[in-house]
Amino acid sequence: MLRFAPWKLAVIGLVCLLGLVFAAPNLLTREQAAELPGWLPNQKINLGLDLRGGSYLLLEVDTGAVVEERLQNLLESARSVLREDRIGYTKLAVEGGQVVIQLRDPGQMQAARQKLDELAEPVGGALLGGGRSDVVIEADEANGLIRMGLTEESIQSRVQNAVGQSIEIVRRRLDETGVVEPTIQRQGADRVLVQLPGIDDPQRIKDLLGKTAKMTFHLVRGIVTADDERAPPGTMIVPSSHELDSRGEPLRYIVSRKVEVSGENLSNANPGSDQRSGGPAVFFTFDNTGTRKFARVTQDNVGRPFAIVLDDEVITAPNIREPILGGSGQISGGFTFQEAADLAVLLRAGALPAPLEIVEERTVGPDLGADAIAAGEIATLIGGVLVIVYMVLMYGLFGLFSAVALVINLILILGILSMLQATLTLPGIAGILLTIGMAVDSSVLIFERIREEGRLGKAPISAMDAGFSRAFGTIIDSQATTLLAMVLLFAFGSGPVRGFSVTISIGIVTSLFTSIWLLRLFLVTWLRSRRPTTLPV
Amino acid sequence: MALVRLIRDDTSIPFMALRKAGPALAGLLALASLVLFFVPGLNYGIDFRGGIVVEVRTDGPADFAAMRSALTGLDLGDVALQEFGAPNEVLIRVESQDGKPGGQEAAVEALRNMLTAQFAGADIRRVESVGAEVSDELFIDGVTALLFAFVAMLVYIWFRFEWQFAVAAVGTLVLDALIGVGFFAVTNIPFNLSSVAALLTIIGYSINDKVVVFDRVRENLRKYKSMPLIDLLDKSVNDTLTRTIATSLTTFIAIAPLAIIGGESVAGFAMAMMFGVVVGTLSSIFVAAPLVHMMGDEQLRRGVQKEAEPEAGGARP
Repeated sequence: MLRFAPWKLAVIGLVCLLGLVFAAPNLLTREQAAELPGWLPNQKINLGLDLRGGSYLLLEVDTGAVVEERLQNLLESARSVLREDRIGYTKLAVEGGQVVIQLRDPGQMQAARQKLDELAEPVGGALLGGGRSDVVIEADEANGLIRMGLTEESIQSRVQNAVGQSIEIVRRRLDETGVVEPTIQRQGADRVLVQLPGIDDPQRIKDLLGKTAKMTFHLVRGIVTADDERAPPGTMIVPSSHELDSRGEPLRYIVSRKVEVSGENLSNANPGSDQRSGGPAVFFTFDNTGTRKFARVTQDNVGRPFAIVLDDEVITAPNIREPILGGSGQISGGFTFQEAADLAVLLRAGALPAPLEIVEERTVGPDLGADAIAAGEIATLIGGVLVIVYMVLMYGLFGLFSAVALVINLILILGILSMLQATLTLPGIAGILLTIGMAVDSSVLIFERIREEGRLGKAPISAMDAGFSRAFGTIIDSQATTLLAMVLLFAFGSGPVRGFSVTISIGIVTSLFTSIWLLRLFLVTWLRSRRPTTLPV
Repeated sequence: MALVRLIRDDTSIPFMALRKAGPALAGLLALASLVLFFVPGLNYGIDFRGGIVVEVRTDGPADFAAMRSALTGLDLGDVALQEFGAPNEVLIRVESQDGKPGGQEAAVEALRNMLTAQFAGADIRRVESVGAEVSDELFIDGVTALLFAFVAMLVYIWFRFEWQFAVAAVGTLVLDALIGVGFFAVTNIPFNLSSVAALLTIIGYSINDKVVVFDRVRENLRKYKSMPLIDLLDKSVNDTLTRTIATSLTTFIAIAPLAIIGGESVAGFAMAMMFGVVVGTLSSIFVAAPLVHMMGDEQLRRGVQKEAEPEAGGARP
């Protein structure tokens, strides 16, 4: 009992030292911490947004739009292959998540199916798909009715891709705004979590992330004049973003469905002023493919209007005055300089594969965060002091030992939080406080046990030995159950609440160390140097 | 230095005299809590109900009338204004905007614009907005976590103790958790994700306390083979009483400061935990121990003996 194996001493010393070294940077300012020599840890605790201030946005990818887009593509492809083979149809539409085709002549079913089968794409891209098709075709032979639907697997794979691409685009857009240290993570099947430290009004960022920024160039076929006018096959009606008709309602363009050039082929975009009018404009440059396509279209359609469509609105529809061969152009119309700057950012960063919706927002101003830190610090200090006073009153010298162990315990918690770069939140501070209370529990169990054994007439050494070994099982049992509850909370909780389970879990582990090893070391050292005949508990 | 002892060493309080009253009272409280859970129900916060919460600090005392009428002008449905902490701190709660044009986002923007335009010097300190879909998911996650916690505790205790202890412990836990829910119903503290964390902590703390008492019961069962179970349970509770009170007190005083100065978002959480500490401690003594008694003397002893035998030749001195 009185001997501590040298390796144990070494481990105890090392753990305490490491705890100190990792916790120490928290006493320094950020600048001082950065100047520490490279071999020393210099990371401070990662404060949650509720403590440092900032904005937490949970974005959801519109999975319906992802599916809808594939169905629309399928429909357009079906239209062109059926035309190519002169297979007549009386109906071709997207209905209830399927492309529905009614053939004019049910006898052409075989031919039609053969062509339509070729439209399927392998799930998950050509490389990994293993050839499984993304389309299921149901054919009603007798009636000449064909239904093309998407497999569940292919929808999932598309959504997964869309989330992955969205994360990339969100990152690029945020980079353009100059937000410091944003974190962007995938969450669940169709969500993206964005955390923006230091942002207390995320409106502009929400505006930027809320736009799909899908830009396409289409030929204009005309303008809607009558209310009941319907788009002829192969065209669509798109309202103008700012032009009004004679009745003061948005002008509606009839444009060809075919995308001549799209925003994917842009290589650069910058805001500026229009040379003639001096108004805000966005200047863009195409990449090689885009330049080639743009040159061909403008050559073939001189004198005709050309619509630039952004997120289902025509932002401008100028006449093509001359072929544009250099691959650059400008958009001007109806926006302010700020909007032109934002549009340039969006075009540079690229389009989102599907619209993003903000389903959760939590923003904390820096003042409130600072107040919360102050409250947390004061509460921890008061709580700690109260507990120490109590322990010393109750257990005297032993209480003092456990107080020292408690302080080291706190340092270890801070050190581990810094080392793991786990996020400390306000509920996390509550967790630390709870740990203070519960860490003392182990000491109390040990002291009470020692005291009891002593009253049975055992000598100090054997009383202490029995106290520790008897209390050990109880301590493990009681801490393990709490740890279980916290692991579950971590698994199912989110945001700040997770911070609570993190600090308690860390606290339980460190308090096992401090109460079972460190406290024992204190008591043994004291016992050896004093050789008391009775125990002071 | 004279040490303070809250409990004399020879204390022997006949707790088991209340072995019927304790569980009965706890059951009654749990039942009442269950009723309160449905009628009038909990004050579900933004996490579970969706909606918007805005915390504003105004220059000087807030003009509630002006703010209320400005808010009504935004046409956001059910809006609640509340002063908290100081006369210049206002908490605005707005009901879920799902299904309205622009939804939640448009409402948040309108709120921000209105506050900055009409209340010069107002500092928007916190904005939270949770959509209905997310709030439903959070609720399901919270309930799942609680259910798993109960099962995990049951399995752990079953594994470590005889089944009588496991059943008594988890039975007591269920009562504790229900009474904890009742606390939220009675105090009207908003029930949020952090409240689920508080309930989990209450469960964790409570089980911790039961483990310590049961450990002693088991030890005494082996030591005093002929002592009547009632006396044995009484002795075990008294043996561990100093520790029980010491731990409850330290935990209680450690959290108390946070309940007082923690601010709107964490004070309720801290208070629920303080309440839980008290309930968890009392239930170990007045509910869990009597429940063990109800499980029956004979079987318990046989179980403990059987388990002790393989250990008889063990290394423990």
